[in-house]
Amino acid sequence: MSTTTEPHASTLATLSKVFGDGVFTTSLFRDNLRLFVPASRLIDLLTVLKDRCGFGLLAELGATDYLGYPGRTRSRFDVHYVLRNLETAERLVVKVGAADPDPLLPSAVPLWPGADWMEREVFDMFGIRFHGHPDLRRILMPDEFTAYPLRKDYPLRGRGERHNFPRLTRGES
Amino acid sequence: MALGSSDRPRTLAPGASGPGSNLTVKPAGAVEVPENTILTTADAVVNWCRKYSLWPMPFATACCGIELMAVGASRFDIARFGAEVMRFSPRQCDLMIVAGRVAMKMMPVLQRIWLQMPEPKWCISMGACASSGGVFDTYAVVQGIDRFMPVDVYIPGCPPRPEQILRALMDLQAKIQKGGSLFGTGLPEMDERQKFLEEKRHAPAGHALSQERGDEDRFGYRLPGGPARLGVEETR
Repeated sequence: MSTTTEPHASTLATLSKVFGDGVFTTSLFRDNLRLFVPASRLIDLLTVLKDRCGFGLLAELGATDYLGYPGRTRSRFDVHYVLRNLETAERLVVKVGAADPDPLLPSAVPLWPGADWMEREVFDMFGIRFHGHPDLRRILMPDEFTAYPLRKDYPLRGRGERHNFPRLTRGES
Repeated sequence: MALGSSDRPRTLAPGASGPGSNLTVKPAGAVEVPENTILTTADAVVNWCRKYSLWPMPFATACCGIELMAVGASRFDIARFGAEVMRFSPRQCDLMIVAGRVAMKMMPVLQRIWLQMPEPKWCISMGACASSGGVFDTYAVVQGIDRFMPVDVYIPGCPPRPEQILRALMDLQAKIQKGGSLFGTGLPEMDERQKFLEEKRHAPAGHALSQERGDEDRFGYRLPGGPARLGVEETR
């Protein structure tokens, strides 16, 4: 386990050469280097990471709801992209915030087609829309489901959706 | 002389003089039947046939399904109870075994499969999840299938032992043997059904049961060619 940014030296050099200062901030948690970027520059950063730094695999795409999180000052949602360089086994996490009313982010499907279903899952569970996604539908919940279940203000037991079915009796079946 | 034995005069060996040797005792009012003949009712025979030839529909959605497979295998051997003919088409089954949790996306599927099974049919709710939701008290899991469809026997356990499934099958067999008359109103479970059909007998064509139920289109299960146009007589 490394506790420095030393394994990411060439990546960070490329990024600072392209973007300079002020586009993203970095932090280190355990052995993960994380880049925080505003949504307006997200696709630029991901494009450079894919095309010039060799991150060919989008290993994971997910979201977090920080509603009521202690000490949280940034936007309510965070969407994270876990990238993997298959040549050097380097791993990088890109995090981007999404604000509460109608969270909207650019889609990563043009870069990594594997982001298709992962973005649909994030949309299904958190209601974060991805602009430019080819087919943004629910993927886990039924189509007529209206809520976003993994949001922190959604009750664990739901709002009665699980019991909204006709009752079959012996007479009718 | 014991009841039900032959009333033909016996040929006694010479010199034998057993007690009551030439005496034939007939109980008053008893029906005389030949030897090796038993009298019973058609209902009892039909119920006896039904209870030893259950064809299960294994609706296995979770770990209970593994136990259900074990019951079908040689160690526990559900064939001893005549229920080994698992069929994966509901049209060929008369015993639904719901084994595992039922998500809210799956409940319309389960109801549709139940409706596709021909009468008479029975349902076993196997395990804690199917019976009550189990530990999955979340927005996505139905808290017991008996909220939305009829259930005859519940099996507790998480998952139940195979012996419990056999026990449930024996209980259901006892229920089947006790219930039902062939020429009367049918099985007691079907009394409601008979009443329902009497009400709908003169409904105009185009009011098929599926259309009145109105729920089958919710998840895109509309039949090819549109909703059914059959009257109630054709759907019996």
